[in-house]
Amino acid sequence: MIKKLASYVKEYKKQAILTPIFVVLEVIMEVIIPLLMARIIDVGIQNSDIDYILKMGILLIISAIMSLIFGMLSGRFAAIASAGYAKNLRKEMFHKVQDYAFENIDKFSTSSLVTRMTTDVTNVQMAFQMIIRILVRGPIMMIFALLMVLSISGKLSLIFLVAIPFLGVILFLIATKAHPIFEKVFKKYDKLNRVVQENLNAIRVVKAYVREDTEEAKFKEVNDEVYKNFIKAQKIVAFNSPVMQLTIYTCILLISWFGSKLIVGGSMQTGQLSSIITYAWQILSSLMMLSMVFVMIIISQSSAERIMEVIEEEPSLKNPENPVKEVKNGSITFKNVSFCYSDEEDKNKFALKNIDLEIKEGETIGIIGGTGSSKSTLVQLIPRLYDATKGEIQVGGVNVKDYDIHALRDSVAMVLQKNVLFSGTIAENLRWGKKNADLEELENACKLAQADGFIQEFPSKYETVLDQGGTNVSGGQKQRICIARAILKKPKILILDDSTSAVDTKTDSLIRKAFREEIPNTTKIIIAQRVTSIEDADRIIVLNDGEIDGIGTSEELLKTNEIYKEVYESQKKGDDEEDGE
Amino acid sequence: MENKKKRTKWATIKRLLGYVFTTYKLQLAIVLISIIISSLVGVAGIEFIKYLIDDFITPLLGSQNPDYTALFNVIMTMALIYLVGVIATYIYNRLMINISQGILNKIRKQLFNHMQKLPIIYFDSRPHGEIMSIYTNDVDSLREMLSQSIPQVFSAIVSMVTILISMFTTNIYLTLVVVAMMIIMIFVSKYLGGNSSRYFVKQQEDLGKMDGYIEEMMEGQKVVKVFNYEEQSKNKFDELNENLCDSNAKANMYANILMPCIMNIGNLGYVLVAVIGGMLSVNGILTIGSIAAFLQFVKAFTNPLGQVSQQMNFIVMALAGAERIFDLIDEEVEIDEGYVTLVNAKMENGKIVESKERTGIWAWKHPHQDGRITYTRLRGQVEFENVQFGYEENKRILHDITLSAKEGQKVSFVGATGAGKTTITNLINRFYDIQEGKIRYDRINIRKIKKDDLRRSLGMVLQDTSLFTGTIKDNIRYGKLDATDEEVYEAAKLSNADKFIKNLPQGYDTMITGNGEGLSQGQRQLLSIARAALNNPPVLILDEATSSIDTRTEKIVQEGMDKLMKGRTVFVIAHRLSTIRNSDLIMVLDHGRIIERGNHNELIAKKGTYYGLYTGAIEID
Repeated sequence: MIKKLASYVKEYKKQAILTPIFVVLEVIMEVIIPLLMARIIDVGIQNSDIDYILKMGILLIISAIMSLIFGMLSGRFAAIASAGYAKNLRKEMFHKVQDYAFENIDKFSTSSLVTRMTTDVTNVQMAFQMIIRILVRGPIMMIFALLMVLSISGKLSLIFLVAIPFLGVILFLIATKAHPIFEKVFKKYDKLNRVVQENLNAIRVVKAYVREDTEEAKFKEVNDEVYKNFIKAQKIVAFNSPVMQLTIYTCILLISWFGSKLIVGGSMQTGQLSSIITYAWQILSSLMMLSMVFVMIIISQSSAERIMEVIEEEPSLKNPENPVKEVKNGSITFKNVSFCYSDEEDKNKFALKNIDLEIKEGETIGIIGGTGSSKSTLVQLIPRLYDATKGEIQVGGVNVKDYDIHALRDSVAMVLQKNVLFSGTIAENLRWGKKNADLEELENACKLAQADGFIQEFPSKYETVLDQGGTNVSGGQKQRICIARAILKKPKILILDDSTSAVDTKTDSLIRKAFREEIPNTTKIIIAQRVTSIEDADRIIVLNDGEIDGIGTSEELLKTNEIYKEVYESQKKGDDEEDGE
Repeated sequence: MENKKKRTKWATIKRLLGYVFTTYKLQLAIVLISIIISSLVGVAGIEFIKYLIDDFITPLLGSQNPDYTALFNVIMTMALIYLVGVIATYIYNRLMINISQGILNKIRKQLFNHMQKLPIIYFDSRPHGEIMSIYTNDVDSLREMLSQSIPQVFSAIVSMVTILISMFTTNIYLTLVVVAMMIIMIFVSKYLGGNSSRYFVKQQEDLGKMDGYIEEMMEGQKVVKVFNYEEQSKNKFDELNENLCDSNAKANMYANILMPCIMNIGNLGYVLVAVIGGMLSVNGILTIGSIAAFLQFVKAFTNPLGQVSQQMNFIVMALAGAERIFDLIDEEVEIDEGYVTLVNAKMENGKIVESKERTGIWAWKHPHQDGRITYTRLRGQVEFENVQFGYEENKRILHDITLSAKEGQKVSFVGATGAGKTTITNLINRFYDIQEGKIRYDRINIRKIKKDDLRRSLGMVLQDTSLFTGTIKDNIRYGKLDATDEEVYEAAKLSNADKFIKNLPQGYDTMITGNGEGLSQGQRQLLSIARAALNNPPVLILDEATSSIDTRTEKIVQEGMDKLMKGRTVFVIAHRLSTIRNSDLIMVLDHGRIIERGNHNELIAKKGTYYGLYTGAIEID
């Protein structure tokens, strides 16, 4: 996983490599500076040698400036590399999702995809920056500082041979002990957020049933759980600083004791004693930093896994080797088609069973049936939004799997049941259907969909800005814009999945009339709840439980099909009564 | 403006401190003392080395038989001091956990409990994501500040002050050099910090834009596929992503280079002190030992300063979050001036008497100014008299609504979106208060009724069913918390929900997650009807309760509803006119006015708007 994750550094490889290099240079400067400082005290000040102080001072200033430059450069490169890395990860994910088939999309919820592209990426980015800066800095600092100690006194460096493993082991123990509890804390946090989220969504229910106290009790429980577990986890982490201090102080005392003896024995100078203490700080604090990085890496691990899930999800639909680039006509054939959603636990639970169907070019087909009768599933197989589990679907006499997917979908326009308009102007939304359509084309399509009328009444007409989800137009208007958007594609097959439910019956029939007159050669498939929307279709398919219960004209079905009759009568009853009144 | 902002920041800090002082006075005192001890021990360490060299090592130099006892003793003394320091560090780290988590626990509780008391308008007027972010991001950054930044900054300041004092006692001139250096550092960190936070703000903006885009595209991903719109969608995303990357890199960059800048300014200061000190020592003004010590101080001084400047960004961010937290806590709660309450009652000699047990009969207990208490039996009669209402001051939504629903009647509202149907029902349960006119419930002005009791007497089934994580049983029981299992089953049977529930793998104990993801819209609707049935209120409000169900499923739901509606006063808002044909009274609303009223037959005969809607000639939405 790490290798794969690392591969997204891409064009920021330069910065990602330069960062540790400059970190190393910065560290070298940081190690040299105390050395020069010791010199100033030991030689310059001791001997009151101003010249020497100035000489060393200039060297120190140069070192400081270099350290500053290296520090700034490494900080800069680290910032660029990590920001760029995060960018690449987001890009990779977003582009990947664009390549998803419906089946893949169904696997992830919208909110989970958003979290993965934002919060999770931020976590990984932070870990990445820490790795290229501190993970390099820690060991290098430790090595150089140890070398310095060694060069001053080999005997004293032995102290660190004990101190480093001691601190390392304890920090490791703290991290490993605290981690599972932190995991638990995060879970409790999720629960707390869920309680708040549900409360917000259901606030009307809460108030209507006067359940504020129940909600408060619910919240108190999870809030206290978060509190308790957090304290439990942090209690362990609270040992970090004292242990660190204990180690460093012990080192200082040991250095002082043995160092003093060395000085008295004449094998060391007093200035060197304080240098060694400075290095002791550097060695042990770099160890401390390393332990922090490890914790960060552990935390970001699950984020990284969630990101990889999105990236490694294989689009379940692929273009064939030598795809057919053109759809000849709008005829459709279903040959013994069965379908089951892959996420169903029971693999034998078919949403569609043994569908055989022959639709001619230019025909208008109505589909009716209750919820769960798989109407949407049936039509979604035509533009290959899903692949049939068994059997074969042909469009224009060619198996849909042999087409270039884009070519197929360009010819099969579909207005989804859950149709979505995007923030932007009406014209921009319509141009989804045809990128460079001019105003006249837009108007024509909208006239056909009976949308031109109300759009012209808006003050800014086609330039009217829609809010996200198109919430500032009515449901009926939204549906008509969506239909116009589909028509602009000039498709060979047009599928409306319950797309006129909010449109009044009169306009609905005008739309169908326009279909008949303006686009007679386009095959039209209309799914509807309302009998009036499909009554005048050439043929009506009654779906029940994933099977075709009857096919025929409205008249035929009224005679032969129970379900159709029942629906028809329940909806038409009112009208008949009026006629009688 | 600037001044005012600063003052509120201070007010926020004061208020935060208030939390600490009220509950954790003793602990806080211990923490402060521990931090001071811990920092002093740190500074003492520097003095120790100088002391050790000057007073113990130097005298021993050159002696043939050095006596180490004195040296050993001083090291052991220092060991004791260090031990005290370590213990102090542990104590404040440990206590800070209690304090910070305790405060957070309290703040979260306050947030949530206060939120329960807020009027519906609060929730309607802002995105839920914004409220959620207070609980997550803002509380989180507050935690960081309380448990990390504050102790660190305090400890750093203590160290700095101690070191400064030590410096002053050593040499004033050199100290001035250090002070000058400190001022430069403060300027540099202000400049870098300012830039960093400017780009940080930009980064948050860019992030917001990108978040919004991702959300919109993920939501519409299927449409993207159907229209082969993948490439365009990628291009737009890349652009937003590029912007974010840019501001993100810059914000991080300024934050990253802060520390090297501070540290190396410190190094420059060191050289300056060394040179000036060296000159002074040549002239005999300073002893060599004090220069050496002073240089140690300079080195020790830089580190805490860097820490403070690094923590400043976090603190500013956390304070902004704290302000949002307090804004929510200060939000004005629902006003309830009602004094009429709902009580259990029984009939004695034809008179209503209050009862302690549940009798099934309810009455309004109405205390009067003269001390009299009258009881009115709860019947479920609702009247509107010249009601005017608007969500905003100058934007009227409802004009002059007058209507009367008698006990047991079914009153329906039809009309286009925005005609004011839902608004009317929002007024009955006082989710919103009317500006003019009167609404009476059993002849009592609803303003006089305690809100909780008013709402208890009203059942609601809404278009968006809200389910909670828990079992099916728990969700139905939400209508009546002390209901027995039998009562729950009864309610489910009454509302036709029983059948589908029994078919679920775990029946009534099936867990519901994520607002009932696995259930169909119709099934969720049935559950919320069952919930209302269990609640058993005399008045029911059904707001588009069956709008997103297909006609065949609707029949099942409708049957459940019809059973539920029997014998109750019901207000119905319906999308499908077939469901309201049997209403006693149908109101056609248009732009907040009642334009037609009557029963189905009367309105059809009128051949007006209702007729148009019913026959489908007019678009309803």
